Amino acid sequence: MTRYILKRLLGAIPLMLIVIAVAFFMMRIAPGGPFDSERALPPEIEQNIKAAYDLDKPLVQQFGIYLWKVVHGDFGPSIKIRDFSVAELIASGAPASIQLGLSAILLALMIGVTLGTLSALRQNTAADYAVMGVAMTGIVIPNFVMAPLLSLVVGVYWELLPTSGWGSGELKYKVLPIIALSLPQIAYISRLTRGSMLEVLNSNFVRTARAKGLRDHLVVIRHALKAGLLPVVSYLGPATAAVTTGSVVIETIFAVPGIGTYFIKAALNRDYPLVMGVVIVYGALIISLNLLVDVLYGLLDPKLRSNR
Amino acid sequence: MLFFRRKPALISGEGAPVEARSVWRNARLRLYRNKAAMGSLIVLGLIIVLAILGPSFSPHEYDAVYWDRIQMGPDFANQHWFGTDGNGRDLFVRTLYGARVSMAVGLLATFVSMVIGVVYGATAGFFGGRVDNLMMRFVDVLYTLPFMFFVIMLMVVFGRNIFLIFVALGAVEWLTMARIVRGQTLAIKRREFIEAAHAIGVSNLTIIFRHIIPNVLGPVIVYATLTIPQVILIESFLSFLGLGVQEPLTSWGVLISEGANVMEVAPWMLLFPAAFLATTLFCFNFIGDGLRDALDPKDR
Amino acid sequence: MTAVLDVRNLETRFSTPDGMVSAVNTISFTLNAGETLGVVGESGSGKTQVFMSVMGLLARNGHCTGEALFQGDNLLTMPKKKLNTIRGSRMAMIFQDPMTSLNPYLSVARQMTEVLVEHKGMTTHDARRHAITMLDRVGIPEAARRIDMYPHEFSGGMRQRVMIAMSLLCSPELLIADEPTTALDVTVQAQILDLLNDLKRDFNTAIVMITHDLGVVAGLCDRVMVMYGGRVAETGSVKDIFYAPRHPYTKGLLQSMPRLDGDAGSSLYAIPGQPPNLQNLPKGCAFHDRCAVRSDRCRDIPPALLDYGNGRMAACHHEEAAR
Repeated sequence: MTRYILKRLLGAIPLMLIVIAVAFFMMRIAPGGPFDSERALPPEIEQNIKAAYDLDKPLVQQFGIYLWKVVHGDFGPSIKIRDFSVAELIASGAPASIQLGLSAILLALMIGVTLGTLSALRQNTAADYAVMGVAMTGIVIPNFVMAPLLSLVVGVYWELLPTSGWGSGELKYKVLPIIALSLPQIAYISRLTRGSMLEVLNSNFVRTARAKGLRDHLVVIRHALKAGLLPVVSYLGPATAAVTTGSVVIETIFAVPGIGTYFIKAALNRDYPLVMGVVIVYGALIISLNLLVDVLYGLLDPKLRSNR
Repeated sequence: MLFFRRKPALISGEGAPVEARSVWRNARLRLYRNKAAMGSLIVLGLIIVLAILGPSFSPHEYDAVYWDRIQMGPDFANQHWFGTDGNGRDLFVRTLYGARVSMAVGLLATFVSMVIGVVYGATAGFFGGRVDNLMMRFVDVLYTLPFMFFVIMLMVVFGRNIFLIFVALGAVEWLTMARIVRGQTLAIKRREFIEAAHAIGVSNLTIIFRHIIPNVLGPVIVYATLTIPQVILIESFLSFLGLGVQEPLTSWGVLISEGANVMEVAPWMLLFPAAFLATTLFCFNFIGDGLRDALDPKDR
Repeated sequence: MTAVLDVRNLETRFSTPDGMVSAVNTISFTLNAGETLGVVGESGSGKTQVFMSVMGLLARNGHCTGEALFQGDNLLTMPKKKLNTIRGSRMAMIFQDPMTSLNPYLSVARQMTEVLVEHKGMTTHDARRHAITMLDRVGIPEAARRIDMYPHEFSGGMRQRVMIAMSLLCSPELLIADEPTTALDVTVQAQILDLLNDLKRDFNTAIVMITHDLGVVAGLCDRVMVMYGGRVAETGSVKDIFYAPRHPYTKGLLQSMPRLDGDAGSSLYAIPGQPPNLQNLPKGCAFHDRCAVRSDRCRDIPPALLDYGNGRMAACHHEEAAR
């Protein structure tokens, strides 16, 4: 098991390198780079700027320098937001983004797994159809439509909750963004859980458990759920990716001062170092979550546990 | 259905040698019986016809600006059936132009992903062994990369080019297709009729075209149908963020973004494009689910 | 002798998207204490579904009518709570595929002890000791160590031994074995059958052996019930069925058994035609269009299952004269 975890950990390092390399080279080959669009500057000033950003060195060396800095948590200064380094900006956005994303995933897991399991147990009943209908709606109404609608109804018409901002992090500011962010995941996880639970409930080993005369809740909880939740566990990696992507939209719509809001501003303003920094941080997040999922999967599946 | 699922041949046939009803014909019959899928097919057909023909019934151009009719609600006197947007352009025509763009992106990017995925997956599955191992490890690696952010970066770097959207989305979406095709190919390859074909000396190419491709077609079609709405969604997402299709061209994402900004005063600007987008996604998902149930009716 | 299981007029149907499928059509039989009954038939003859109905294990789309009296109580209508006190405890079942019938995510210890904890109220510690004894009894070496392993760490034959041990934990009065050896290698098959024979003697358990292999029946059973198209074609003692079959289907089955003493060059006999369509069973005898001695009556009127004395019953128009 330790070897398995180590192997996965070692596998994550080249992945991180790829992310950093893609971010770096994509930004470097950009036509109309950050300094081209400016008016013609006196040559000595341009030289100074280039030196400040290491642009006067060969590309590979630039990458080496960048990599070295990134490893030490230095993503360089932001181009458009003066006097702030990218690292500072990301750090200032992180608390809101992390709270938002983590709550959304936890909420989606709790509600999605419960709904999906109930739906599978009551297959082809009204309750099942209702849950699956709602789940389908959650999947096809994108969060950039759902979020404005939510804030229109709950915030503007009913005046129950604030429609934007973060205040000093009070709960009332978080409710709508968290719901909007988790809805598609709730929908997806409940469909996933239903599908895999249906398969497991029809499996031979669940039939054996019933034949042993175990009470229903033991059959479901002890025998079916563990196998039924494996697909949900492996979905956690993609779910993280989806939630980080979704948080970009949700933060923008609800004006949450998070990493996503900075990212969109940076993308629209061509603030290259900030875009790179955010992509690398999100990349690291997604890769480490995938790593965690692998380890979790290994713990749940006895075949992996004993073989590797 | 534990029991009859495994032994389907035994409940068909009328005493006489079991008549091999074509898989495809059976699937079609099952699909016809699926009301949600058939309804979706009709609605989707209507949307496509409307997107193609609709604009020519309206007297307005998609980029024509009417300075005197800015942000007006639905107005039949001037034939602005969906109202006008913040620049005084007709929303009906713009929504349908958005439909064209969204559908085109959806279909083309899915096609790109399908071609890459099928070729890649079939190759890996057919050759198996070390080739397969290597090729699939590569897919695993790509899976864990934060692709959405790469696509956004691509848009930032190369400008918001619609052709680039096709390529980027197609390149992202092929991974799952490759996995599905590879799994199917591996399963089929081990079946007796393929071994028999090998044994009597049928060439690899013939085996691939005569036996493997027809047998992976079902899952490929199902997954492609489910990829289209995903791609449309991602395109709308990029456009919503201002990173997709650019003015004066439009797409549902752009229209929804504009509508969301003024929804308190002009809700129709949000509702019409949002309704079109959601309906289209609904239809594709129902059709995809219906196809899956029809081709692989194991849950029932 | 007292009946352990008395099945009367059992009918089992499945509703499928393609229509109603009748898997079991009005069958009745009794099983006495300590007796071993072989249930023989092709795939799709309904032999498994009879006992899935009895155990309350039908798939969601299946439902059954009739009676299945276990020591006088009707299993088909009793509340699930009560059924759960019987199955796994007084009546147990082992399945065809030992690879998938054990839960791959739980250790063997966990899967075995839970039976005893549930039915006998044992502590986990006592249950574990008892489980080890039972694993030992079914011939699993180093049972005390292997009990903590997971199913994938056992071979197919060993897994089936685990299944058997698990089913015997509470010393059931009735054991239903659904093709327990079909998925196993021939040598392992023989070992498992020997094991069942030993257990039958030691535990005095009534056994139902569902199989399509007449050889298994010959080695293990006291009585045989031949099923065709969801109905009973013929029942009787093993000896009678083998040496004096009455139903043409039974005769066909016996003829199609490969024989070591047969002529080297002769090809194997196969019953012509296909099993009947359960969605649309023939009006008369289900076997008539594959039968060599069929007449018009066979096509139109279903033959009744008639008693020929000595526990012999058969459902064939052409045997009625022999009564």
